[in-house]
Amino acid sequence: MAILGAINPILTVGWDGDAAWRLQDYVKRGGYKALARIFEDRISPDQLIGEIKKSGLRGRGGAGFPTGLKWSFMPKDFKDGKYIVCNTDEGEPGTFKDRDILRCNPHAVIEGMVIAAYAVGAARGYNYIHGEIWDMYKRFEEALDEARAAGFVGQDILGSGFDFELFAHHGYGAYICGEESALLESIEGKKGQPRFKPPFPASVGLYGKPTTINNTETFAAVPFVLNMGAEAYLEAGKPNNAGTKLFSVSGHVNRPGNYEIPLGTPFATLLEMAGGMRGGRKLKACIPGGSSAPVLPAEVIMDCTLDYDAISKAGSMLGSGAVIVMDETTCMVKALERLSYFYHEESCGQCTPCREGTGWLYGIVHRIEHGAGRPEDLDLLRGITANIMGRTVCALGDAASMPVQGFLKHFRDEFEYHVENGKCLVPPEVQRAGSTFFKATV
Amino acid sequence: MLDIEIDGKQVQVPPGGTIMDAARALGTYIPHFCYHKKLSIAANCRMCLVQVEKAPKPLPACATPVTNGMKVFTHSELAAAAQKGVMEFLLLNHPLDCPICDQGGECQLQDLAVGYGGTASRFREAKHVVLHKDVGPLISMQEMSRCIHCTRCVRFGQEIAGVMELGMANRSVHSEIQTFLGRSVDSELSGNMIDLCPVGALTSRPFRYSARSWELSRRKSVSPHDSLGTNLTVQVKNERVMRVLPRENEEINECWISDKDRFSYEALNSAERLSKPMIRVDGALREVEWNVALDYLAHALKDVARNHGAESIAALASPHSTAEELYLLQKVVRGLGSGNVDFRPRRSDFSSDGKRAGTPWLGMRIAEIGELDAALVVGSFLRKDHPLFAQRLRQLAKKGGKVSVVSVSGDDSLIDLHAQIAVAPRNLAGTLAGVVKAVALLRGAAVPAGLEEIEPGEQARAIAGSLAEAGKKAVFLGNVAEQVGQAGQLHALGAELARLTGASLGFIGEAANSVGGYVAGALPSAGGLDARRMFAQARKAYLLLGVEPEFDCANPQEAVAALRQADLVVAMTPFRNEAAMDYADVLLPLAAFTETSGTYVNTEGRVQGVGGVCRPRGDARPGWKVLRVLGNVLALPGFEYESSEAVRDEFIPAGASFVGNLDNGIDLPLAPVEGAAAVAEGLERIADVPIHFADALARRAPALQRTRDAAEPVARIHPLTFDRLALTAEARVKVKQGQGEVFLAVRADAGVPPGCVRVAAAHAATAALGEMFGPINVERA
Repeated sequence: MAILGAINPILTVGWDGDAAWRLQDYVKRGGYKALARIFEDRISPDQLIGEIKKSGLRGRGGAGFPTGLKWSFMPKDFKDGKYIVCNTDEGEPGTFKDRDILRCNPHAVIEGMVIAAYAVGAARGYNYIHGEIWDMYKRFEEALDEARAAGFVGQDILGSGFDFELFAHHGYGAYICGEESALLESIEGKKGQPRFKPPFPASVGLYGKPTTINNTETFAAVPFVLNMGAEAYLEAGKPNNAGTKLFSVSGHVNRPGNYEIPLGTPFATLLEMAGGMRGGRKLKACIPGGSSAPVLPAEVIMDCTLDYDAISKAGSMLGSGAVIVMDETTCMVKALERLSYFYHEESCGQCTPCREGTGWLYGIVHRIEHGAGRPEDLDLLRGITANIMGRTVCALGDAASMPVQGFLKHFRDEFEYHVENGKCLVPPEVQRAGSTFFKATV
Repeated sequence: MLDIEIDGKQVQVPPGGTIMDAARALGTYIPHFCYHKKLSIAANCRMCLVQVEKAPKPLPACATPVTNGMKVFTHSELAAAAQKGVMEFLLLNHPLDCPICDQGGECQLQDLAVGYGGTASRFREAKHVVLHKDVGPLISMQEMSRCIHCTRCVRFGQEIAGVMELGMANRSVHSEIQTFLGRSVDSELSGNMIDLCPVGALTSRPFRYSARSWELSRRKSVSPHDSLGTNLTVQVKNERVMRVLPRENEEINECWISDKDRFSYEALNSAERLSKPMIRVDGALREVEWNVALDYLAHALKDVARNHGAESIAALASPHSTAEELYLLQKVVRGLGSGNVDFRPRRSDFSSDGKRAGTPWLGMRIAEIGELDAALVVGSFLRKDHPLFAQRLRQLAKKGGKVSVVSVSGDDSLIDLHAQIAVAPRNLAGTLAGVVKAVALLRGAAVPAGLEEIEPGEQARAIAGSLAEAGKKAVFLGNVAEQVGQAGQLHALGAELARLTGASLGFIGEAANSVGGYVAGALPSAGGLDARRMFAQARKAYLLLGVEPEFDCANPQEAVAALRQADLVVAMTPFRNEAAMDYADVLLPLAAFTETSGTYVNTEGRVQGVGGVCRPRGDARPGWKVLRVLGNVLALPGFEYESSEAVRDEFIPAGASFVGNLDNGIDLPLAPVEGAAAVAEGLERIADVPIHFADALARRAPALQRTRDAAEPVARIHPLTFDRLALTAEARVKVKQGQGEVFLAVRADAGVPPGCVRVAAAHAATAALGEMFGPINVERA
């Protein structure tokens, strides 16, 4: 069971049983119908892109960019080979939805990619799957074999005359390869380092050719959008926040896992679906969109609905929908230390502010956590983030800075306490009481 | 054109450029580290962040394309804050060890830190340490903690040198510039990475810790090595050359120099310098004063002329000599009544002498190479013979020019070649004839007489195709094409190919004065003996100017034998050398290229005068002065020169930038070429001249001699021939030519044409051998 709960589900319908991922099962659930209808009804690429635009589908990888608009950026007259790339390099701490999509419904991704390829005129596609989910990679390869054998991928798809070859490509686990241009470099066999933009991938992408890159969940949603119609999909969510989304809930809840809910569902509802707070403790904070999203304190997040606009208004980001829940036993300094360490280690090292700045941020937070903080450190942290943000090649610098800013904004008192007293505001025994790790080992 | 504004100043720039380009056009300096005009844009240092109107964030000037009406602010509050922020980050893990850093005083980071850095650091954590690396004898990577990860060195390798020998491994602050595991940096252009490095991470290994940059005076010079005429800045301290750097000249070397140009200066200070004149008395060489040596020499020369006739005197000069030296040498020899003078010691075929329309040269300006649509290089170890010439062709190929090579080895030129053919030297002319015939067939022109039997191969047809297309094309004859026995035919075939295709024909030229020697007239008179025949028909007296026949001649065996039997051998040379100590009767210490004024005429006919940059070592004297006084002592007329310029004015019009009468035309009929069936019996030698053994200076530069390019020669044989001879890679082989034999390691090498043995010339280990391109015998030792 890969989905623990859902409200008005679209993507995850039928994700039951071990064979749900098979082509046969997918077709039974209505799979590849959208693709077949495109060819039967001779829907033009422009019509298709129009339909996706109308549906209001936004990229599910984190930035929330309108998918139809992105597809429309692809040059129509370019004849020398275009590419479709699926980003399954799901590396953001807290995010684990794409893994389950490949586990339970790989054919939806394949169908979505074939449709996208038809819409933008691409003849080749790659699904970049990150190195730690080898089983999912193998499963996707198997699903691809099924789709190829059934004529959904390859030459002359469904007798339409449209050719599209699709390949799986697995990475080796560098977080930066989830950044779209670093991902392209990695597919090309180079070191995964982001490219300077512009030019954007739609003009100079994989092997220098126009390329559309979308997240796994975005591609998986495409067939459903077409099957239910753009308007119905739009209405499944709320204006500007169309459809449903998978949320990966982790942290101090009773039932961590993936949940599919319409965008605009209150956070409280999701928390309830996830079994509520573990041990009945009090909610302290929540990172609503993956580790790079600024943290929100309990009173703010409890008033939020889960959609792009509401979370943004509250000062954070919906991101990839990774909801990290923290209860009152959490030391916020320690939590930030762990996050900063991640970004420090995962910076690609290419550009100066990120390579040097992320390590400096971590070093300072580490010092504060270990009782060696200085009063000026908190302002220094803010100053460093200001020097990183907006000055790097890619968004990793911002991703490393936003948590620091968020934690300092809402939990400055804990940092100050640390600096002044050299220890946690949350006593160690309380921290331990909230930890399954300590319970298991002590 | 786009109108943009930088700091309130209007500038018009062509579309497609960046803010950095526009700022440079305007003379506005934007701080930067990773940006370099000759390298691709990396935009990784972020130092060049500037404010652009309407842009929410500061943008990197190096990577941001200009748009019409753009307003850029390079010093605004936002821009300055961004630049200062980046500088703070750059200095976090930089050791700030400027007082002991070799780069101190000429360091981009140090300079910019003055303007953009803080007085004290806010960084209180431990600095990251990067371990040192050993990448060979030329580049020091001992202090890699200083690296700011600009990747200029990496991009240089990929883009200019054509081989990625350095890369940035690891992520985050653990990123390190390093070679592939266990490898060294072996590119013949590697030293440029030292110049490119904006900090003290990559430094010159021979120069390290020997001087501070502000102690050095910078003086202009020109490289005496290959034919490019590379412009140099020679840095001198206390009359001693401490370092050589490129002097930028977009028309010649751009901002690059080869490692040979950069590191050969070490030989100038070597213990092997000849410091006093020597004459042989009772069989032993003895140091004497100049006047004694010259008197002795004048008498000895007169004796030889009187007793054996003037034609028993011959003179051979190195093409690395200055034009003035070459001119005066021929003037002395002709003054004595002999016409036996030459400056082309590695040449073996002189059939084109007397048939040339003018001075052989490149056929075009060096800078025009980049404008070619197609180029064919015939007979060249391109990368090692002409590193920067090869670099230009590499860039040409990169932007779509079709570059092809027909030569005697399959060496990787690190150029994306259109076609490549490697054949035995004896088949070089036949192969080029194949290209000529294929072009004639393509063009529907008459097949030139003598080429009826030729059957052009697939690669030959591909080359012909590239040359037959419309556009600007060139055929270049390399060193091998001038050294092999069919040099005259190759010249004639090249001319025919040029005529048929409209391509220009050119000689790349072996040495710094390969054109200058012709201009100075250092050539045999009609009936005089050329560089080959003056040894084949042994003379009584030899004047050697800067040449070391055991390394520099087409057939060292023959040359040394002739010298040994002569009554009088005069070696005018900056260096003592073993062989000369044996055969020479008079040794005259010459000033090296940094110690004399003189002229080099490069391959494009460009006249480049140099002044001495420091005093000659010991009692050495500039060659032109020595020859001038010798003329006086011999009482020859016309030797009253007061300066080297006065000498030059006799053969190059004063003030000329380029010499005249450059013409590659030739009046030599094409000889009939035999068909493919003609296979010679026995093995044929292919002799490359290893890059760091090509001239007397490079041979004595210690650091260059420790490079991989200076490794002991190995006999390299095509695998099929290797097996036929029943050789094994473990055992050494006996290599024989004529009376000489040497023992060498042997290796199968598919790049060597079948039936050939590649044995380098110009090396002590092979000096006992004969003809560079002639029959050779190899057997198990």
